[in-house]
Amino acid sequence: MSDADSPELSQLRAALSDGTEKVRAAASTDELRAVVSALTGKKGAIAAVKSSLGKVSDPEQRKTLGAAVNDALTELSAVADGRLRELRRAEFATRIEAERVDMTELAMSAGATRRRGRMHLVTQATERLEDVFIGLGFQVAEGPEVETDFYNFEALNMPPSHPARSMWDTLFVESDVEGSVVLRTHTSPVQIRVMQEWPPPIYAIMPGRVFRKETPDATHMPVFHQIEGLVIDRGITFADLAGTIEAFTKAFFGAGFTSRLRPSYFPFTEPSAEFDIRRPDGSWIELGGCGMVHPHVLRAGGLDPDEWSGFAFGFGIDRMAKERHGVNDLRDMYSDDVRFTEQFS
Amino acid sequence: MKILLSILREMADIPADPDTVADALNSLGLAVEEMVVVGAPVEGVVAARITRMEKHPDAAKVTRCYVDAGDGVERHVWCGATNMSEGDIVPLATLGTTMPNGMQIARRAILEIDSEGMLCSEVELGISDESSGLLILPPGTQLGVSPFVALGIEHDVVYDLDLTRNRADCWGHLGVARDLAAHFGVPLRGPRIDTGDRGGAKSLRVSIEAPHNCGSFSLSCLSNVSVGPSPRWVAARLAHLGMRSINNVVDASNLVMLELNQPNHAYDADVVSSFRVRFAKEGETLTTLDGQTRTMNADDLLICNGDSDEGVGLAGIMGDLHSEITDATTNLALESAWFAPDPVRFSAQRHGLRSEASIRFERGVDPHGWVLGAERFVTILRESSPGATLHAGATFETTPSCPQPTTVTMSLARMNALLGVAVPESRVLSILDSIGFSPSISGDTVTTVVPTWRPDCAQEVDIIEEVARHFGYDNIGKTVPKSTVHGRLSHVQQRRRLVRRVLVGMGLDEAMPSPFLAGGDLPRVGITEENALRLANPLVADESILRTSLRPGLLKSLRYNQSHRAPSIGLWEIGHVYPSSGQQLPDETEQLAVIVAGGDAETALTQWNMLCDALSVGAQLDQSRVPEGLHPTRSATLARGKKVIGVVGEVDPLVLDELGIEGRVSILEVDLTVLLTEEPKPVQARDINRFPSSDVDLAFVVPDSVPASTVQRALRQAAGKRLVSIGLFDVYRGKGVPDDARSLAFRLRLQEDNGTLTDAVLAEVHAACVAAAEKSGAQFRR
Repeated sequence: MSDADSPELSQLRAALSDGTEKVRAAASTDELRAVVSALTGKKGAIAAVKSSLGKVSDPEQRKTLGAAVNDALTELSAVADGRLRELRRAEFATRIEAERVDMTELAMSAGATRRRGRMHLVTQATERLEDVFIGLGFQVAEGPEVETDFYNFEALNMPPSHPARSMWDTLFVESDVEGSVVLRTHTSPVQIRVMQEWPPPIYAIMPGRVFRKETPDATHMPVFHQIEGLVIDRGITFADLAGTIEAFTKAFFGAGFTSRLRPSYFPFTEPSAEFDIRRPDGSWIELGGCGMVHPHVLRAGGLDPDEWSGFAFGFGIDRMAKERHGVNDLRDMYSDDVRFTEQFS
Repeated sequence: MKILLSILREMADIPADPDTVADALNSLGLAVEEMVVVGAPVEGVVAARITRMEKHPDAAKVTRCYVDAGDGVERHVWCGATNMSEGDIVPLATLGTTMPNGMQIARRAILEIDSEGMLCSEVELGISDESSGLLILPPGTQLGVSPFVALGIEHDVVYDLDLTRNRADCWGHLGVARDLAAHFGVPLRGPRIDTGDRGGAKSLRVSIEAPHNCGSFSLSCLSNVSVGPSPRWVAARLAHLGMRSINNVVDASNLVMLELNQPNHAYDADVVSSFRVRFAKEGETLTTLDGQTRTMNADDLLICNGDSDEGVGLAGIMGDLHSEITDATTNLALESAWFAPDPVRFSAQRHGLRSEASIRFERGVDPHGWVLGAERFVTILRESSPGATLHAGATFETTPSCPQPTTVTMSLARMNALLGVAVPESRVLSILDSIGFSPSISGDTVTTVVPTWRPDCAQEVDIIEEVARHFGYDNIGKTVPKSTVHGRLSHVQQRRRLVRRVLVGMGLDEAMPSPFLAGGDLPRVGITEENALRLANPLVADESILRTSLRPGLLKSLRYNQSHRAPSIGLWEIGHVYPSSGQQLPDETEQLAVIVAGGDAETALTQWNMLCDALSVGAQLDQSRVPEGLHPTRSATLARGKKVIGVVGEVDPLVLDELGIEGRVSILEVDLTVLLTEEPKPVQARDINRFPSSDVDLAFVVPDSVPASTVQRALRQAAGKRLVSIGLFDVYRGKGVPDDARSLAFRLRLQEDNGTLTDAVLAEVHAACVAAAEKSGAQFRR
């Protein structure tokens, strides 16, 4: 304390020191609020000093005193804020303790363990395949599951009683003309419908449910799923088919996978091929069939083979799901058994 | 189709390495399903003579054999077989030998007497699939040599090919050898032919009375034949190819078929000396070689004895049992014909008789292959019947249906455009030449003469495929088409995915039950079966009806899970239903169904509201008409105008009781074709109204006969343009409210568009709302 201290300054100092002490002593937020308003209110000690400012005649002294008053108020306010935080923390601590839960117990509660639903493995595989083909510039086409003989066989270069029809064990639907309505044995009839309905160029995939008269076992189901691809454009080549299969292979399976085509036979494509996928370890997966769309099929779809050419490919979706998740028995996949379903988040 | 490497290598100098050949077969489209090495000599097995045999009093089932393997040491061997005698020469597996099945021959004791090896059967040596007892070697066999050498058993490889439907020619080794010879760039020799001296001209008569079904009929005469067993190599090759040895004549006939895809039949020419090919008479019978007596219909084609008109064979399928050659036969009439594929197939199907011959005829045999067939036949036969003579002057009758070589042209430019690779002209010609297509070129046009063994090649694209196959698919590059189409999901497909995600987000699992139902499944859940289609040839009777609703399948899956201790599950399915339309194809639509075990009407409504929100669609709840199968007092139809698009609520407890399902089951069924195709316009943003809003709570006693929606609609109308939102926030039944009524409390939020709500306006709205609600049947609660 300097000699130059005026009585007002001394008074202020005393008020601040006294106030700080009272603020620190406040035992509750309510008490603190009362203390602070008493100190800073109109009847408070600081206010008394402030009101005496007018009586100080020396402007220099008045200025010093005024600044000191403001400083005192600021300091007091800071101390009060600090005390307020301390008090609130203490007051909430009780409540917080009272609200304690066991988070591990809550994590096991019925609500917290409610899981998301599951999409069927086939749907998951279909969507993944669709997404990859969309990335390669394909659109997605759909068609009916109950088909006419025309779309399922005849338009695909298999006239009535064509021997290649025996390649599919067909389920027939009762109809006025026996054998004229079938459960589609493959997704290929959608090719014809797309050719008839979409103006070329066509870059389409056709996933869907297909049917065969087969007794269910670990690797066969009478109702299963295929995905078919069809490209129709000007100047489409067999090399384009091989390149598209390769692009799909890398996009869907990964960069380390490659593909190859082997000669085969399908009535609706020529040249025809089987396509195999080579895993990074050198082993092969026989995936599906493909080929250049047969001129008869283009004509059945209403397209001129001299103007348009194209390729088609197809493979099983169920097997993709089976391989991906290591499903041993396809019948489990179609059991709707929640013990099986719930595994696949 | 089984193919032997030894036969292929007789026909062309293809590589000896089995894997190299397998790779070539695969790359040619002749897929190798299985490759089996047969007749591999077993190291350590030698020919040994049985010097004496003894029985042991305590071992009735085995014999003690003492054998001499030529090395001067007498070995004792226990033997379980019974077909041997003292002096027989048999194969002895010496100690240390590893048998083809992996067994190690070690010193083994019976009754404490050691066995110093094992006497072997053909099965044990891997020579045959069946045997009865020990293999007895020919009497003069040198002791100590390998029985494989002694018997001239070939070390061979059997390829089981999964042939595609188009490759008729590969049902004989010759077709496979031709492809391989072309692939490896070696000449095709064909089968070994040694006919010996030809006899003088001898002809037999045939009359073909079914010119569309029988294109050609050849008869070759053989004399001085002695019927007896086949040489060992013939029997062995037949066994490897899956056929049994019968006698030298039948075996030669079968081997010619397997080698050359040339089915043929040898008749005793002294019994059948003229032939007639005619349709069977309805009801005529024939006993085929398999012993079955078969009744013919008028579409079956018979080969008959021209003199007696009795059937001697079901054409293209199987011979007649009573026309078999006998041991006394010396003169043969070797028949080889071309029968039209489809009639043979239909006939074989009708009789449930797919024979080695019919498999080949229904794919197409070469009508001009009979000469080679006859020459090969006599070549094989002469090994066991050296005097057999093939006579000149064979008969070859044809009809207009007999396939002839056809001329097919191909444009090189179109070929290159289709393949996407420029195959050199010289390569194209050499490929086509090597497979017998006799190509010639003029400008851009390649003209080929397609041989009659390739009935599958009929047009340009078939020729292009042949070039591509032999050029090698791996040698055609990989390019990606320059598409101008952009990939995307359609609107419907995007919305379908949205639906899936909403349902999954609500914790519901997707199910995929079978779309086939049993009779009664639909009526059991309240749905008529009248418009359901039936399968003409169901796998099992329980799966003979095509579903017209997803309900039976989902409930079945739910019950299945309940019976496996999963009582509270929620399942959904998006799938097609196929009710009859009266037209050719059914009225096939895509439906959604959701069921929750333990769920109630509110569960189903929550799901519906969530879907409506996601899809920006809606429908009216009409509880005045509840379809069968649903809970009569806790369900409603979803209607858009007059059109019903679905149902929502609970499954009828009576239905659940019959199905054995416990508790309530909520159900939501919607026709997705309607909801997914709809294209809601993008919502246009409204500015936030920053004027103060007021909430007004109004409670009414509403009789049960008045739906809440009626009161709400009245309130909405009365509140007018100031209404921001209205919600039902409390429902109360009990004290103070009549038994047949409930209290419904609505909260209305009101706001002015351009100012602050005044008390006067609020009072006005309040009064209007109360009045309107009371008019609708509600009674205001003060």
